[in-house]
Amino acid sequence: MKEIHVSEIIDAVEKLCIDANYYLKEDIYKALTAALNAEKSENGRMVLENIIKNARIAAEEKMPICQDTGMAVIFLQVGQEVRITGGSLYDAVQEGVRRGYKNGYLRCSVVKNPLKRENTGDNTPAVIHTEIVDGSGLKIIVAPKGFGSENMSAVAMLKPSDGIEGVVKFVVKTVSDAGANPCPPVIVGVGIGGTMEKAALLAKKALLRPLDLRSADPDIAELEKNLLAQINKLGIGPAGIGGTTTALAVNIETYPTHIAGLPVAVNIGCHATRHASVIL
Amino acid sequence: MKRKITVPLTPDVVDSLKAGDIVEITGTVYTARDAAHKRMIALLDEGKPLPFPPEGQVIYYVGPCPAPEGKVIGSAGPTTSGRMDKYTPALIKAGISGMIGKGMRDENVIRAMVEYGAVYFGATGGAGALISKCIKSQKVIAFDDLGTEAVRMLEVVDFPAIVLIDRYGNNLYETGRQKYAVVDCGQ
Repeated sequence: MKEIHVSEIIDAVEKLCIDANYYLKEDIYKALTAALNAEKSENGRMVLENIIKNARIAAEEKMPICQDTGMAVIFLQVGQEVRITGGSLYDAVQEGVRRGYKNGYLRCSVVKNPLKRENTGDNTPAVIHTEIVDGSGLKIIVAPKGFGSENMSAVAMLKPSDGIEGVVKFVVKTVSDAGANPCPPVIVGVGIGGTMEKAALLAKKALLRPLDLRSADPDIAELEKNLLAQINKLGIGPAGIGGTTTALAVNIETYPTHIAGLPVAVNIGCHATRHASVIL
Repeated sequence: MKRKITVPLTPDVVDSLKAGDIVEITGTVYTARDAAHKRMIALLDEGKPLPFPPEGQVIYYVGPCPAPEGKVIGSAGPTTSGRMDKYTPALIKAGISGMIGKGMRDENVIRAMVEYGAVYFGATGGAGALISKCIKSQKVIAFDDLGTEAVRMLEVVDFPAIVLIDRYGNNLYETGRQKYAVVDCGQ
């Protein structure tokens, strides 16, 4: 049995909140650079140059890439041979978020009650998804999610007869309707199968996969490429002002589902789609 | 071609700006987003003055990050403008001549822009660190309790923007997209 003290978890979450917000992922940086070379629109190239320059400034000056430093979405993969000591795991995660947002000068964007809308003042609570996995490690992934992109996400409960065409139509329509709002070029996370909430969670998880890694399932990998090509024909372009780069990648995750259903969820990530992780 | 403009905007400048124009904005702009808009509309409804005289002024839809030590402001890029659509026509009618944000506006906003003369500028969404470099000072002037959503007076120099919708209703989101759309899937 491996023991992990909550103080380690607090420190790790604090650092991950800051790192995710300050430093653009290398795979996204590469994809943006490739997009700059391929983009046909002059305005589109100007926007991509700004986005790349912005990432450099954020890293050099240690400041957030974007002012919407997000609601902290945190995935915990807890090895079944791990024992947490010194307090509550969830309290430790929330404390880490509280410290990260304060000490990193990140924006507090969480309201306590969705209808009364009073800011909690410390960006807690985070949204926490926990999985129990084999082994003796604790993996923590922090994925701050801005709501420009989150608001443009959608779930559809398709009919089995809608098939692959139905999935393609729904995903492309969701990105098309989103237009400029989610800060294109976007990263499109798609979850297919499971139940309604399982599909949504798969879509969120799909955003964590590196952009240069296609699905291990060749049929799904093909669908990812096909969807990306169709989305980039929409013309939305960088910042939505016209161009050939509307998305940098489409990542799809799947799960078995019911004989009567075909749930599909689309979680749109902005051009920064931030995340950082550590294994304790 | 970049064009340098100063704010507050004069009617001549409003009339001369066309969708697609690339501009650098210098002068004073006021920040407001969802919560501040709701309160400003309440003030107008009660016949009370806005936190700043609106004539010719530009509202920047932003909720900045806190300023680290030694900096004027934290990251400060645009938020999605559409959430302010419900409130914007009344502010344009009250004298506001420009908005800076990102994303689509509804028909009522565009109608008010055409009727009273106002311009919608776009700043690059997600470029908050870059944009913060153009902000030389900030001061909270109203609704301090709203934190990041308070109304701030910002002095900006060469703030990079593009005219998304001009006062004649020309819309870069529509024309730009049409130019590069290969197929408009299912729309």
